[in-house]
Parts: sequence; structure tokens; C-alpha cells
Amino acid sequence: MESMVELRRLRKTFGPIVAVDQVSFTVGQGEVLGFLGPNGAGKSTTMKMITGFLTPTKGTVKVNGFDMQTQPLEAKKSLGYLPEGAPAYGEMTPLSFLVFIGEIRGFRGAELDRRVAETMEKVNLDGVAHQPIDTLSKGFKRRVGLAQAIVHDPVVLILDEPTDGLDPNQKHEVRGLIKTMAREKAIILSTHVLEEVHAVCTRAMIIAKGKVLTDGTPAELEARSRYHNAVILRLRGPLPDGVQAMLEGVPGVKKAEVIDEDKAEHEYRILPKDGQPIISAVSQCVHRQDWDVVELSVDRGHLDEVFRSLTIPAQALT
Amino acid sequence: MGRIGVIFKRELIGYFATPIAAVFIIIFLMLAGAFTFYLGDFFARGQADLISFFDFHPWLYLVLVPALAMRLWAEERRGGTIELLFTLPITLWEAVAGKFLAAWCFTGIALVLTFPTWVTVNILGEPDNGVILASYLGSFFMAGGFMAIGSCVSALTKNQVIAFVISVVVGLGFILSGYPMVLDVFSGWAPQFVLELISSFSFLTHFNALSRGVIDVRDLVYFLSLIGFWLFATALVLEWKKAE
Repeated sequence: MESMVELRRLRKTFGPIVAVDQVSFTVGQGEVLGFLGPNGAGKSTTMKMITGFLTPTKGTVKVNGFDMQTQPLEAKKSLGYLPEGAPAYGEMTPLSFLVFIGEIRGFRGAELDRRVAETMEKVNLDGVAHQPIDTLSKGFKRRVGLAQAIVHDPVVLILDEPTDGLDPNQKHEVRGLIKTMAREKAIILSTHVLEEVHAVCTRAMIIAKGKVLTDGTPAELEARSRYHNAVILRLRGPLPDGVQAMLEGVPGVKKAEVIDEDKAEHEYRILPKDGQPIISAVSQCVHRQDWDVVELSVDRGHLDEVFRSLTIPAQALT
Repeated sequence: MGRIGVIFKRELIGYFATPIAAVFIIIFLMLAGAFTFYLGDFFARGQADLISFFDFHPWLYLVLVPALAMRLWAEERRGGTIELLFTLPITLWEAVAGKFLAAWCFTGIALVLTFPTWVTVNILGEPDNGVILASYLGSFFMAGGFMAIGSCVSALTKNQVIAFVISVVVGLGFILSGYPMVLDVFSGWAPQFVLELISSFSFLTHFNALSRGVIDVRDLVYFLSLIGFWLFATALVLEWKKAE
């Protein structure tokens, strides 16, 4: 896989504060890399260095093979960037703003008109083409920001919190748009929303205190959860005593926790040893006992729990 | 149209898309008129020239140009668009030049709109239109000087009020640098050539030469190099502080 974005030992300090520390990774075509991390973890700073807004204290950034320090114009031509908060010139209309960005990026005449029209259609801006951006809702402003990032069809797309502050429908729309573009581009996005990682990312990276803590597929990340491959079992009562002990006796089971217990229903979370699959063993046990099953499901793991377990110790260190 | 041209066009249209253009031009024309006819005693002087008009330009620019310049970079920074601008495939210099030229051109438009004064003096008498043309040229270049100072100060801060006040003070320094008020600060301890250097920086000296009808290349070079210096400083400041 050809690498479209390449970071090598990237470091940024602001006075005594180390914002980004020795970050190295590559992103190839077809990858959607999700940056996760607490506020102030260095996500935005890293993105600002990839896009050439900030100069790294140390290390190099290459975009589409061009070094951001020595060939900034070529590197910047290859990328589209949605900065945090989707800034735009408020007195302009989406149409005039996109024409401006298109002109800066070197398009003229019919080519410019075609690209602007296509982009407006792609992000559904046609209805507000002639309204000043200042008067638009947050969702539309975000779409204007996305539109300016993709008007030149860049091979690399950097999106800083692309769905922040949008309502669920708008989030769904933006994610759909990212997914349709994913195949032929290399995309890096940052987010606080862990479900987003599932929805759009092929790869997730957790950053805290300027360092990369984990880097893998969303599934790999979930596998680090203590709930990975745990079984959720809901039974209709009344039940004999010792159900919990019986479940813990099933081979491969480490522990059975009671989530909820009332007269009518009993809910258990059964944790495996070393994340091994235990669903078939548990289901056999349930079958043998002839319990009245309401629900039997496998937990894939909780990203938010992995996120907390990784980032809280990192923060507590200082 | 190059990239400077694209930025120039966007900026200039931007002035007219907001009330800034109307407010600035109306105030500029009103004040220019009031100064000329009341303070300058245009009629009582009985002279067919525009000296009483141009004499007040340094003072008009001192207040009005910083009002225009204060938003140049402070607003980009406040709105976050600076991040957008500097991640587009343009150089720092193109952005600085494009924005400055648009602002300068805008003051030029305001200046051109004072033409009724010129028409008036031509109806009332027979002025030396060569002198008037030279004065307009000098006035325009001086406005560029004020604008370049304002551009640099605006790059220093997110706060437009601070940008305005500092630009006015620096501009005042440049107006008065040939006068005791500024020179006294240096006289007594600085060597003579420094004093001469400082007094040679005065806007008034160079503008007055031009507005007497003497188009000396040195005066134009003075204003152009002043503009170049302050724009260079703008670029340095932006490079240094753009992330803040």
C-alpha cells in the first residue's frame, strides 16, 4: 500500500509544554484513520502540522510524497483540510466562498464552475448557495467547511472533528459522505465520538499527552476491552439459587456478574478468561438447565472503556 | 490572475459585502470636506489650489486607516480563517501582499471619490492640476504607509481595539518624527546621524514635498520601501505568532 501521509518522529513543543511527542505513522490510500484522545491530547496540533499550518519542532511530514517543510505548495495541493469549527469567511456565500477556494487552487472557467457545482451537490448546499455563511445553521456551516476541503478532489483529507455539534441526521450524512470518498483517498479524522470510529474508520489511534498509545483496527481496539467476547444473558425467573455459581463453572468463564436482578428477569454479564469466545459453552449450559432465555448475546467490547483505561493512567502520570 | 490576484479580489469584494465600505467612504468624504472648508478655510484663502484639502490627509489617515487595517489579520485570527488561508497552496507572502493591496486599493477608491473637491476648485479658478495630481499620488502612497503599519500591528494581536490604538500611536510617531516631540526623546544621547535618520522618516516631510508638486523619486521610494519593510515585518510576525 502506497503511503499518502507519512509522519516521522514528529514533535511539537510550546515553550515548556510538549504537545506532540515522537509521533510516527503512515496512512495509505483507502484508509480512514480515526484520531481519538482526550481534549488537549495533541490531536489538533498533529493535524495542524500535517496540513502545514504549524511548523514541527522536530520531525518530518510528507503528504503525497512531498515534504511539508521543503515543498509546501505541492504538499498543500494534495490535501484538503477541515479545521476545527469549520472556519469560513462569514460575509461570503457558500457559492462565492467555494469559487474563491477553487480559484486559489488554480481552477478557472468551466472547470471551476463544474467543480463548484459538483461539490455543492455532493454536500447538499444548493439550497443555501446565495445566503451569507454567517446566517447559516451549524450543520450547513460544517458542510461549507467540508465542501472547501474536497472541491479539488484531494488524495489526502484531514478532518478535525467533522461531526462535532451536528444533530444525528447530519452526523449520519457526513459519515456517509466520508465513506463514499474513503476508497480513493487517505483520510485522517479526529473525533470525541467513539461510535464514529465504528461507523467510518478502518483504523483507530488513541493519543494522550502527545503520544500514540494504540494503533489498530476498531475491532482490535475493542478486543482490549475486558468485556470483549463477554456474554450477556437474560433469563426469565423464577430461578433456583446458584445460577451465578453454575455460570462460573462453565469452562473458559472467568467471572459472572449480575447486572440486574428482579423477580421477573435476571441479567448477567459473563466474562471470559483471556478474551476467549465462550458463547457456545454458555449456551450449552443454558440449554442443559432448561432456563427460559430472553436474551443471549456476545459483547464485542466497549471502546469507551478501552479509551478510559488507556487515557486516564496517561493523564494521571503527570 | 495569479494567487495574489485571487486574494486581492476576495478581500476587496469583502469590503463592499459589509457595511465597512459605506461607513468608511462616507466618513472619509465628510471629514475631508469638513477639514478643507472649515478648518482649512478653503474659500477665505482665495487660492485656486487644494493645499487646504491635502494638508489634513495625514491626520485623516492617522485615524481612519488603522480602523481599516485593524481587521486585516486580527479578524482572520479571531475567526480561525487564518488556519484555512495558510493551509491553502499559497505562500505567506502572497497572502500578506494580496490582503494589503486590497486594503490599499480600497483607500485609493475613497481618495478618488473626493474628486468633487477637485472639480470645485477647477470651476472656481485655474489651479495647477499637475500639482494636484502629484498631491493625490503622495496622499495615496502615504495611505499605503499607514496601511502597512496597520497590517503589521494587526498581525500581532487578536484584539482589534488594541490593534487600532497601537497603529494610531505608531502612525503618529511616523507623522511627527521630524518634530521636537519625537526628536527630543532621542536628542542628548543618540548620535547626530540617528537624529537625522529619524527625522528623515517623517511622513510629513515626504508628503509635503510631493504635495507641493515635486514628484521626487526619492519620496516615492521612501514610501514604497516603508511599505515593503512593514509588510516584511507582517510576514515575520505571522510566521511567529500564527498559531496563537
